[in-house]
Amino acid sequence: MKFLRELLDKQKPMFEKGGKLEKFYYAFEAGETFLFTPNHTAGIKGAQVKDAIDLKRMMITVVIAMIPCLLFGIYNTGHQHFLATGQTAGLWEDFGGKMLIGLQLVLPIVIVAYAAGGLVEAVFAVIRKHPINEGFLVTGMLIPLVVPATIPLWQVALATIFAVVIAKEVFGGTGMNILNVAMTARAFLYFAYPAQISGDTVWTYLGDQAVVDGFSGATALAVAYTAGVEGEAVTSALAAHNTAIGAGLFEFGNLFMGWIPGSIGETSTLMALVGAAILVATGVASWKIIVGGFAGAYIMGALMNLLAVNEYMAMPAEYHWVMGGLAFGVVFMATDPVSAAQTEIGKWIYGIMIGVLTVIIRVSNPAYPEGIMLAVLFMNVFAPLIDHYVVKANKTRRLQRATV
Amino acid sequence: MSKIVKLKKGFDIKLAGKAEPKEVEFQTAKTFALKPTDFQGIQRPKVTVKEGDTVKAGSIIFFDKAMDEVKYAAPVSGEVVEIKRGEKRKLLEIKILADSQIVYEELPKFTLSSIRSADAEALKKHIAGSGMWPHIIQRPFGVVANPADTPKNIFISGFDTHPLAPDYSIVLKGEEENFKAGLAALKKFTSGKVHLGVDSAKEVPSVYANLEDVQVNKFSGPHPAGNVGVQIHHIDPINKGDIVWTVSPSGVAQIGKLLLTGRYDASKLIAVTGSELKQTGYAKVISGTCVDKLVQGNLNYDNVRVVSGNVLTGERIQQDGYLGFYHNQITVLPEGNEYEFLGWLKPTAKKLSFHRALGLLSFLNGSKEYRLNTNTNGEERAFVQTGVFESVTPMDILPVYLMKAIMAEDFDEMEELGIYELVEEDLALCEFVDVSKHPVQEILRKGIDLIQYS
Repeated sequence: MKFLRELLDKQKPMFEKGGKLEKFYYAFEAGETFLFTPNHTAGIKGAQVKDAIDLKRMMITVVIAMIPCLLFGIYNTGHQHFLATGQTAGLWEDFGGKMLIGLQLVLPIVIVAYAAGGLVEAVFAVIRKHPINEGFLVTGMLIPLVVPATIPLWQVALATIFAVVIAKEVFGGTGMNILNVAMTARAFLYFAYPAQISGDTVWTYLGDQAVVDGFSGATALAVAYTAGVEGEAVTSALAAHNTAIGAGLFEFGNLFMGWIPGSIGETSTLMALVGAAILVATGVASWKIIVGGFAGAYIMGALMNLLAVNEYMAMPAEYHWVMGGLAFGVVFMATDPVSAAQTEIGKWIYGIMIGVLTVIIRVSNPAYPEGIMLAVLFMNVFAPLIDHYVVKANKTRRLQRATV
Repeated sequence: MSKIVKLKKGFDIKLAGKAEPKEVEFQTAKTFALKPTDFQGIQRPKVTVKEGDTVKAGSIIFFDKAMDEVKYAAPVSGEVVEIKRGEKRKLLEIKILADSQIVYEELPKFTLSSIRSADAEALKKHIAGSGMWPHIIQRPFGVVANPADTPKNIFISGFDTHPLAPDYSIVLKGEEENFKAGLAALKKFTSGKVHLGVDSAKEVPSVYANLEDVQVNKFSGPHPAGNVGVQIHHIDPINKGDIVWTVSPSGVAQIGKLLLTGRYDASKLIAVTGSELKQTGYAKVISGTCVDKLVQGNLNYDNVRVVSGNVLTGERIQQDGYLGFYHNQITVLPEGNEYEFLGWLKPTAKKLSFHRALGLLSFLNGSKEYRLNTNTNGEERAFVQTGVFESVTPMDILPVYLMKAIMAEDFDEMEELGIYELVEEDLALCEFVDVSKHPVQEILRKGIDLIQYS
């Protein structure tokens, strides 16, 4: 590694003050600090030793936690394609073929998201003269996981650029943003190009192949909502759905595993829980938000059961955990420490409210079958308010003490 | 009534190089220095000696024009060889070349009973004029106490939980009478109580046994349980308008020694610690000693940093630098001024971390002692991770919100969030564990200065 270090040391003066490429210092610095932890030492006064953690390591931990979802999503993309076009029925049949199709579709989305976002980061770093934010390591992976595999690549690029600029850089970069960047990207797509990210036809890649007779590309949430409107028991409607491509597609067990149509990374509750286990074990994400999110959804689901005026409201509450993107959103989106509540009590309130709102939006709103996206964004906006009251309680305790 | 407080939050930084529990003979240093920068709150220092003057131990060498009843004294007798100033003529060091035999200024002597019967104001005046007064620190702000005040309470933390901290049962051995005399004097200065915090997990050092004039409270838990600020928070917290004083146990003993012997005797035992030293242990030194004799020839590594104090709150000094007035310890660490290839990604069990993020394996190591260097292990960033500062601060305080209030210079917010209860050492662990590498202690001092001076 000495050779690399020497190479960097040789180039460095060019980027430093007075050098020819002075403007691009932060671009150089990003590369340099990626390869080598800098030789900075603690200041004269104060802590003379520092913890081994830094933001890069924290962010890469989140990326690692998403890898199970990504791999599952890649395979599932191929699997859904084969199911819909009737090529194989068995889950593990033609493993290589499915992986190949999945990779062909998913990898370009990941690359485009990282490239588009990375470019924006670099441009802002150069113009605004600040270091490149590591937060993008996570955002660049989150965005591909919350879009369908069939999405046009230019939309991915556009959404990523929009989100990084409007949701993050205008506020000053990672740590200053109000909204979760990846959720903003998805919301942008949802409202700007609904045809490519909602409905029944976008979730499964078909290519130019014909579908099996009787195939439906609807998601479980759409099926559940329709059942509710038509007065059919939701669980039996789910179980009966899409028998053309194999029975039990939307049974609880399969929903939990995630062999269903949906956005690339969101389908598998199991993989989201694997990610949650990594995040909680490493202490990177708040377990309070995750537990709160799942609990909130269940409580609201159970409450709706009590008040059930239609079949959707009567659906067993645990189905909310496994349908749609609740698990993925609660584990990876809600726990973004910057846009979430920052006080410990606030995290409970924030998490529970996300779960509650998701279920309300799902069940009672005819326009949006999925609620997690709007619930997270909505609570992002409210998180400072929650914190405000938690902090105020702290101040009040101190004030009361004084008057005693 | 004495209290028992169990603290859970915090973190012990276990370092290699603990001082061997014995007194080690080191050569006596030739030069000594008093560093006005050691004292918080000095505004207009006035030096009363010139280069070339001879002084006795206890001769007054400077004072603060803003609080001129408090004097600062020469630790040894000898010749003033240098008055070092920095930018804008800021007074940095007054260096004294010591005589081989120390000559003391002769001051009035007291006995334990004459201290108890003495007039409080006269006693204050005597100590303030002697040079020992700066051992008494005022909270809020952590500045040298003003003798004109009467504090609500006086707090002494009887144990130190900082990394490699000295063991007071060794440091204060044989100081029993001095300690009692010091306590008796302090008792006269407060309308409230004198509180002494002791470690409930360890046997109480003999010096703390059979004390009058004092309420003993017991604390347990990881660092910062030994910080006096944490103890105050749990015993009788500081509110707006309150003034309390704090003194370190060695400070109490030194004040007592001053009164009993009638001499400004600044000799003390300090812990010589750190992973890079061949010989660790306790050394008998005089306050403000040059550390060269403790360090030179005692290193097993070249590229080191010598720290006056401990690694959380201390100050970097040169290998021939001077021990800080309040410090009972020096620590010698490897300097970390080197690059590390993919240092942010590599799994490591060699570096200590409070966190468990990918590849940080130190949480598996149990009681392993670490050889840590001074590398920051990353660069400064905006605040991202939340909840970490709170989990190492065993007080009902929200450190990140306070930091942000200080950065925004929002005075009301700082006050409401409890800045009066804190000095740098109370948030030193936050600075260690911070993912975003903020200079937490420096920021806090900036906030305190804002509140105090504007």
